[in-house]
Amino acid sequence: MDNERIDQIIEKHHGASSALIQILLDIQEENHWLPKEALDRVSEKLQVPLTTVRHAATFYKVFSTVPKGRHQVHVCLGTACHVRGANRVLDTVEEMTGIKPGETDLDLKFSLETVNCLGCCALGPVMEIDGKVYGKATPSKTIDVLKKYE
Amino acid sequence: MTRLNSPEELEGFRQEILSRRDPDKPCISICAGSGCVASGALEVIAAFKAEIEKQGLAATVDTKGTGCPGFCERGPVVVIYPEEICYLQVMPEDVPEIISQTVKEKKVVDRLLYVDPATGEKAVHEYDISFYRNQERNVICNNIKIDSKNIDDYLANGGYSALGEALGSMTPVEVLEEVKKANLRGRGGAGFPAGVKWEGSRNAPDPVKYVIVNADEGDPGAFMDRAVLEGNPHSVLEGLIIGGYAIGAQEGYIYVRHEYPLAVENITLAIQQAEACGLLGENIFGSGYNFRVFVNQGAGAFVCGESTALMTSIEGRAGEPRPKYVRSNVVGLWGHPTVLNNVETWANVPLIINKGADWFTSIGTESSKGTKIFSLVGKIANTGLVEVPMGISLRDIVFKIGGGIPGGKKFKAVQTGGPSGGCIPESLLDLPVGFDELTAAGSMMGSGGMIVMDEDTCMVDTARYFVKFLTDESCGKCVPCREGLRQMDNILTRITEGKGGEGDIELLEALAETAQEASLCALGKSAPNPFLSTLQYFRDEYEAHIKEKRCPALSCKELIAYVIDPEQCRACQLCVKKCPAGAIDGGKDLVSIIDQEKCTKCGTCFEVCPPRFNAVRKISGEPVPPPVSGEARKIVRGGKES
Ligand SMILES: Cc1cc2nc3c(=O)[nH]c(=O)nc-3n(C[C@H](O)[C@H](O)[C@H](O)COP(=O)(O)O)c2cc1C
Ligand code: SF4
Ligand code: SF4
Ligand code: FES
Ligand code: FES
Repeated sequence: MDNERIDQIIEKHHGASSALIQILLDIQEENHWLPKEALDRVSEKLQVPLTTVRHAATFYKVFSTVPKGRHQVHVCLGTACHVRGANRVLDTVEEMTGIKPGETDLDLKFSLETVNCLGCCALGPVMEIDGKVYGKATPSKTIDVLKKYE
Repeated sequence: MTRLNSPEELEGFRQEILSRRDPDKPCISICAGSGCVASGALEVIAAFKAEIEKQGLAATVDTKGTGCPGFCERGPVVVIYPEEICYLQVMPEDVPEIISQTVKEKKVVDRLLYVDPATGEKAVHEYDISFYRNQERNVICNNIKIDSKNIDDYLANGGYSALGEALGSMTPVEVLEEVKKANLRGRGGAGFPAGVKWEGSRNAPDPVKYVIVNADEGDPGAFMDRAVLEGNPHSVLEGLIIGGYAIGAQEGYIYVRHEYPLAVENITLAIQQAEACGLLGENIFGSGYNFRVFVNQGAGAFVCGESTALMTSIEGRAGEPRPKYVRSNVVGLWGHPTVLNNVETWANVPLIINKGADWFTSIGTESSKGTKIFSLVGKIANTGLVEVPMGISLRDIVFKIGGGIPGGKKFKAVQTGGPSGGCIPESLLDLPVGFDELTAAGSMMGSGGMIVMDEDTCMVDTARYFVKFLTDESCGKCVPCREGLRQMDNILTRITEGKGGEGDIELLEALAETAQEASLCALGKSAPNPFLSTLQYFRDEYEAHIKEKRCPALSCKELIAYVIDPEQCRACQLCVKKCPAGAIDGGKDLVSIIDQEKCTKCGTCFEVCPPRFNAVRKISGEPVPPPVSGEARKIVRGGKES
């Protein structure tokens, strides 16, 4: 991501240091992860120490300081999904992709994360890929869904 | 957009909107909440628009995407006005029939109606469905009536009249007194009286004050804040403006979790529309009151729902809690007095102003007034959001509204209060639901998550689940929470793996006590609750795991095995085909057998084995019988087949 785009995002938030998290969210949204250069730029522009920026970038779950795959898989392990067998869905995704939560595969195809409730609990267990929600997931349905992604 | 300069102009504008609308004109409302969208609601909306166009009905029939009415599991939900016919699980293929039958011919499409599983009766209207019939819906009743993206809909339903009342004919202190008199207790957790919190801020000498909506909803398994904010954002906004007026704040913040993009979108839009109408901004209704609202997104940290952490996060830093020697309503956001309330708390404020504190206190128990929205999820027939008067019994919620436990299973417990709460056993099902009653039973109200568990849910695993959740979510600032919970997680995990030993329960109790006493914030202090309540009511399950290496619920992976009963197996080979691990050997007329070494215990075989054979069994605490071999494996079929 180039500095010009980062500056635009900072501009949108009026360059206020209190907007640090909102700015990082916007960058992450577009770039899918937060490269070191982006954090440097944000720190410089907002006049916030780099350690503070790094602290925020590692404290919040949404942020990633390593590259992400083309498809972001989120498996919900919230209570409602848990009691309906979300672990079996997660096991299936792990088996199919060969990665654990927090990891990205070598082809940069999938990144896997667990989340604690997507607010679609009535449809649990729920899996979300690139923002699309798949409800009432079972191991066999999960296999079919994952196969659709290139 | 018209700017409304007084409550009278608001009323005039409302009449104008209503006069433009024909109450008898057919309108098709399709829930566009996130649950229904996940089930394909957007495709259904598109299909309705196309079909209406195709049949030349564009001028005579309206369509509307609305907020969530709560029955998400049966989504997409469609309600057809003026008859209020309710169809569930509607697919794009159903659309032409609905238009030609229901809209044109006024006939009901039977197969899309709700069927009561107990009586087999069909319900034509939303209010005939048992799930809705026993609720009292004050906060979410408008969700299915209004397009959450259109302020006109909110206004047409009486929206912002409470703001007109407050600003037009009440002093801030009168507003405050009304909320105090209503005894509105916070809906986000501990149930602190909102009026008292407001008063503390109002009386603080600092002239700069803030109000905040807590829409972090970190509680897993709870989604009422999402539904209210997505479905009726103006009701929250109206409550917030009224609260700001009462305490003397000029700015408000809405802190929404990042995982709720539609809520962010709808509330942002609502703010813009309210600003355009002059309901937000400078000199609202000519009263001289100025108020602005900003939206802030969380970034996936549960602890940020805690009030002090949330404010730190709005200030742009890592959301770590601080000790509360001084309350936030006196020294809060940027050091100024700040009132932080939950989404649902704010949404109740316009109702109190409109209908009065006496109306509000006429609902509920002695100490818990009004209605509360619960998210009823887990092993329950009717899953969704239910709004009920305080004081209703858990039994009524689970069985009358929720329709009981599906699949003929037995009820085991209902977990309330999220990770800070506890599990309530069957013997306490007649408990009336209220803040103090739930706390007395070792659980709590929390934000209103109700997770129903049946006989297949292991209570030790449930405790482990919550402790693990909070271990991951601890901000790590204090040792009893960071290290204590980690040790509790280790021990509980060991027990679920069958590696528990004598003394483990006592060690857990000691760790729990330390975390309760010595943690800095409520996350650590309340973290042991799920463990303590499951131990209190289900101690025998802990002992079975530790002493007999047995999981009575047949749920803990390490303690169970799947076996095929040779007497029952009819060699249909379904499990052989479906087993993802290739662990099952079978063949024509051969009893299937599971290779325990290869089996990953995914449970697929158990699920796919046809009920009429019922050959796959789960066992725990007993040795796996040796696989049948040789001649004994052959199935001798009777009759024509042999
Ligand atoms: C760890 C933790 C997480 C919390 N998460 C939430 C939350 O997601 N939403 C919420 O409204 N309150 C949450 N609370 C409670 C808030 O701290 C606060 O009490 C509440 O928002 C006040 O609003 P109310 O009085 O209207 O309930 C949480 C508390 C703790 C200790
Ligand atoms: S109790 Fe846990 S979450 Fe709360 S401050 Fe301590 S470490 Fe952080
Ligand atoms: S539990 Fe899963 S892995 Fe084991 S035999 Fe059955 S289907 Fe195969
Ligand atoms: S618990 Fe999974 S979506 Fe809520
Ligand atoms: S999202 Fe449609 S009913 Fe809840």
